[in-house]
Amino acid sequence: MGMRKVAIVGAGITKFVRRAQETGKELSWQASKMALESCDLTLDDIDMVTLGTAPDAFDGVHMKGEYLADGAGAIGKPYMRHYVGGGTGVFSPIHGWFHVASGMADICLVVAEEKMSSCHPHPQGAFLTIFDHTTEQPLMPTLIWIFALEMHRYMETYGISKADIAQVSVKNKRNAMDHPSAQVAGNITVEDVLSSETLCWPVNRLDISPASDGAAAIVIASERVARRLTDKPVWIDGIGHSIDTAYWATRDLSYPRYVETAARMAYDMAGIKEPDKEIHIAEPYDPFDYKELHHMEGLMLCPRGKAAQLTADGITARDGNMPICPSGGALGVGNPIAATGLMKIIEIFLQLRGEAGKRQVPGNPRCGLAQAWGDLMQMGTVVVMRS
Amino acid sequence: MVKRVAVVGIGTTGFRPVTPDVSFRELIFEAARKAYTDAGIEPSEIDGFITTAEDFMEGYSIADEYCPDQIGAVLKPTQTIPGDFIQGMATGYMMIMTGAFRTIAIEAHSKASNMRNIGELMGFAQDPVYNRPLRETPHAVAGLEMTRYLFESAASSEQCAQVVVKNKKNAMRNPYAAFGAEITEGDVLASEPISLPLHRLDIAPHADGAVVAVLADEDTARALCETPIWIEGLGWSTDTPTLEMRDWGEAAYARLAAEMAYRMAGIGNPAALIDFAEICDEYSYKELQHMEALKLCMPGEAAYMIESGATSYQGELPINISGGALGVGHLFEASGAHKILELVEQLRGNAGARQIPDVNVGLAQVWRGVPTATGAVAILSNM
Amino acid sequence: MKLEDFELGGTQLKASDFKTGKVLTTEWKPDLKYAWDNGVAIGRYLAEFKEGRIIARVCHKCDRIMLPPRMFCELCFRPTDEWMYVKDTGVINTFSIAKVNWDASRRGPKEPPLLPAVIEIDGASEGMGIMHMLGEADPKDFKIGMKVKAVWKKPEDRTGAITDILYFKPVAAGTEDKNKGRPEGRGKEVR
Repeated sequence: MGMRKVAIVGAGITKFVRRAQETGKELSWQASKMALESCDLTLDDIDMVTLGTAPDAFDGVHMKGEYLADGAGAIGKPYMRHYVGGGTGVFSPIHGWFHVASGMADICLVVAEEKMSSCHPHPQGAFLTIFDHTTEQPLMPTLIWIFALEMHRYMETYGISKADIAQVSVKNKRNAMDHPSAQVAGNITVEDVLSSETLCWPVNRLDISPASDGAAAIVIASERVARRLTDKPVWIDGIGHSIDTAYWATRDLSYPRYVETAARMAYDMAGIKEPDKEIHIAEPYDPFDYKELHHMEGLMLCPRGKAAQLTADGITARDGNMPICPSGGALGVGNPIAATGLMKIIEIFLQLRGEAGKRQVPGNPRCGLAQAWGDLMQMGTVVVMRS
Repeated sequence: MVKRVAVVGIGTTGFRPVTPDVSFRELIFEAARKAYTDAGIEPSEIDGFITTAEDFMEGYSIADEYCPDQIGAVLKPTQTIPGDFIQGMATGYMMIMTGAFRTIAIEAHSKASNMRNIGELMGFAQDPVYNRPLRETPHAVAGLEMTRYLFESAASSEQCAQVVVKNKKNAMRNPYAAFGAEITEGDVLASEPISLPLHRLDIAPHADGAVVAVLADEDTARALCETPIWIEGLGWSTDTPTLEMRDWGEAAYARLAAEMAYRMAGIGNPAALIDFAEICDEYSYKELQHMEALKLCMPGEAAYMIESGATSYQGELPINISGGALGVGHLFEASGAHKILELVEQLRGNAGARQIPDVNVGLAQVWRGVPTATGAVAILSNM
Repeated sequence: MKLEDFELGGTQLKASDFKTGKVLTTEWKPDLKYAWDNGVAIGRYLAEFKEGRIIARVCHKCDRIMLPPRMFCELCFRPTDEWMYVKDTGVINTFSIAKVNWDASRRGPKEPPLLPAVIEIDGASEGMGIMHMLGEADPKDFKIGMKVKAVWKKPEDRTGAITDILYFKPVAAGTEDKNKGRPEGRGKEVR
């Protein structure tokens, strides 16, 4: 295609915690500083900055991109915030890619932050106002409803049980035991998930990722700069994003077609014809356990309705043929929305460099994918990376 | 390699103090439909979409959710930039320059009338720990800045009032403008003191409206239209969000954004090469402060230019010929959109009663308002 | 690089740290007020709710009868063409049994669970659903695919809001409307 090649050259992340002592600015700074140090750069080397962060209602600041600017290292620099709901974290490197692939910047710092604990009494309260103010909010919905409705439809369509789905939570929380940022790692069983508190049937407490505070950052660079900075650049070879209609109740809830369109865009750019064979490792978004399955299907990593079987067969385990969420995902590492997406990008970055430590998947993966999802179950963001 | 990007279509609803007849969706659809018809393209043929919105302005926790339908972006690559339209345009420009997208549509709107206590909202943008407990209103923060600017530049409140007189008069010629009026300097100075030296009439009243623009790469632009309006320069910058640390006299964010845009456009002497400019006048003094930051005049010189009529409709450097925010209405995230609209109409020669003869290069500049120190600049030409 | 080689930021606080004053906090309760313009489509939709009816908009190009109604077709990107009443019955697309409130507080032991659902409304195009509530039957008796009917507030209590329908209840077997499905043709346009 003749496009400029763009690589990720450095990464930083904070621990993901339920309530951080640090402000959102400070978390952003911690992650940014680590990302710069990881590739021996200073802020002076950075041409431009882009920040991903989800609802202002979490941090409790109007125009929070402006508020977080100094923490993200943006003072005096071209700086912009991008936002696609829960899909934001995986959109962050896409927006960074625009900066570098266009030739506008050679080195771009990409930061993702979320401080959900500022919202009281519970961050869930911020989700009431994601629903249509006139036709839905008067019913006093919670975010969990919409997931419960989608999960139920998915189960019904493909004949999948709650126990099938619970395996994802078990796998991811176990994977997260090896992740230094992890908030809710643990060795649990399917029975633990099924017997945890029912919040909105079919969703139980352990089907859900937690509310979290945290930040992550990466440095991306043009080919010329990347090759000077590191001998292990990880290339952003495909990007895709897609949004479906806001009239969510009129959609087929059993299949995320917006993920499919985003994936097709990224695969086309990366020249991927058979994703299930060419993608060695994937980090789909897993804020709820069924979402990992849903997204694997949307990403065409397996046929529709078959992802639960792959999980049961151990194919998606860290030592399986197609490791899915080896980081531990949102279910295990935690879910500071935008930072989670970038955490997934960082996991693929480390895995493809062979630097994932105890989380390293066997077999020298060379092609990986991260995906996030957001808004009213309508936004898909996909990044394909190669070593 | 893509070399140039142009605006190939633009559509608007115009701007009104209130729009109770339409929902935000219906408002935006009108602008989008006009933009696509203007560009001679259907949304199904557009490669990507960008909307600009801030959550609390819309009253949604994730305002992004509601963006696709009314701009024809269902199942299309679409994103929200919580920033000004010109920042959205910068993203669109970069997307096309990657070579992966040929056409991008950008949307911005204001439904400010639906937000019933904007003062409270603007206060909610302040630092929650250091500033909010002081309960200073946004206009008070602007008053602080105006005081310092007048001190450093030796401009006067009277000269700021002349900005209001000029812009409201310009707006009389603009059918899109909501607040055109024939007033005097005395009217401004006699209006209610808000946060002295700011008076009520120094402050742009807000308006509703939507704008959608379509960008295209050079080949596509030439195939689609006879007069593509080329993006020659873009710049955007953020100074410190901390009120206590910033330079209150100079608008550093505007200077940095302009320097970036001039570098990209290859403009060494903006005062000579820019034919006209639409710059942020959310508060009257901001027009003067921004002219200096943009190097359209020397520091301290802006006040003389308004005094001498140099920035009037028939002056040598017309500023805010549309009426600016003071005459059109303050549009929040859509502020830059209205300015780009004016540039495109002038450069196409379609500006009707307010057309400036023989213009080739226009500059648009925005600031994101109190308490931010973020701004963006775009330079467009018809050559 | 390895994450393990870095000292990661992010310091976990406990709930008790707030109670004991180990950390100081500042509070702010935003008082933001909105009055959203319903516009043409939703304005009419809600006005019809007040009359105990559900109204949709039709696009002649793609032939969809759309709910909630909209003045433009988001797929054809043109104005929609006419109003059309649809029924106040439908089919459950999916539902949940919710034991938490909107702010994640738990429902009390004596409070029945909430039953949010997506209901595909009869007379609208296939798959055109709205979110609403189920009621009047035991939660375990609801099934996906079940036929339901709106239970309206009394006319004098209606305000022109989505909550003018209290909930949808099961349609007892044998009493189903024989004329289900979409209304015939375009002759039923209403103005």
